[in-house]
Amino acid sequence: MKANEFVQLKLDEAAGDELLEQALSNFRLSVHAWSDDAYHRPRTVAAVSSQRIWRLAAGWALSCALAIGVAVGGVQEHRHRQELARIAAVQQADRQRLAAEQLREQQVREEDELLAKVDNDVSQTVPSAMEPLAGLTADEDSQ
Amino acid sequence: MGRIQGYAARINGFAVNLRPRRASTSVMAASTTLEPMTMTMATTDAVAAEEFSRMVQTHRPQIYRFLLASTRDVDLAETLTQECFLKAHRNWSGFRGESSAMTWLMRIAINLQKDHWRNRRMQFWRHTQTNSVDLDEASEWLPGGESSAEKQMLAKEQVQHVWRAVKGLSERQRTIFLLRYVEEQELSEIARATGLSEGTVKAHLSRAVARVRTELGGKR
Repeated sequence: MKANEFVQLKLDEAAGDELLEQALSNFRLSVHAWSDDAYHRPRTVAAVSSQRIWRLAAGWALSCALAIGVAVGGVQEHRHRQELARIAAVQQADRQRLAAEQLREQQVREEDELLAKVDNDVSQTVPSAMEPLAGLTADEDSQ
Repeated sequence: MGRIQGYAARINGFAVNLRPRRASTSVMAASTTLEPMTMTMATTDAVAAEEFSRMVQTHRPQIYRFLLASTRDVDLAETLTQECFLKAHRNWSGFRGESSAMTWLMRIAINLQKDHWRNRRMQFWRHTQTNSVDLDEASEWLPGGESSAEKQMLAKEQVQHVWRAVKGLSERQRTIFLLRYVEEQELSEIARATGLSEGTVKAHLSRAVARVRTELGGKR
């Protein structure tokens, strides 16, 4: 069977299909009805009044002001947050420096106390075998 | 009869200036001795303009209907219809009558529609601006004479299914399908309007009908 005859057969089949025919007929009538209505409907062109232009301009101006306001507010907020972060960093550094100083002072104090204790202990506990020497030292000092 | 410098034809809502270009130089340069010849040419142009005006009135609804069904956009169909007749007017002198005026106009309309879709594809950012009505809205228009509500519902459902199938067709298949089943044109006329062979038209039509049948079969 030639391709052309096959296509013709298919088209003939379509013609024999009642449901298809009805659907196509309804489709055609629907498009015709829609087209007739749209074709005969009067076209209206909206005139642009000066009031509308002003309203449009005011809308644009308001939108621009709003956009600028939002942008400026955002920038201010960003700067404020940066300033707060900087102050917090400075305070943190101060606190750390103070803590380090206190630690160092405490270490110095403890070392001094230890040395004083050692000095004290050494001066008080002279062995008995060293007593004559201690007396000699005391006599030399008196002379 | 006085000189005819130019005249306007009213084409259902828009005016096209039908100034006779070919005759204008002759008319302007006419001397008293050439007056009868000038008048004859002017009369010929007037007749041509009258013919064109009549053709517009006769075929405009059909062209508009085809473009509306193709685009599903009332405003776009109106614009393309106007462009079609402006183009036809520009080329009216070149129309030899080898095919019917309707076939000639339909060919212009098909080309305009094709150009439009090609331009839209290039300007992809315009996709959101389409005014095409959706399939439900397009199916709202029901053929009159359906008595019961049940029949109305059935008809609406069928129309909706056909629209869905039409939407899924390729541009060429859709054009051929609409010309055959909406405009009820003969296959030979469709072949002339689309510039395809009759066999190709049949093949496209067969595929389009198969698609519609499949779509309708889904609801059985």
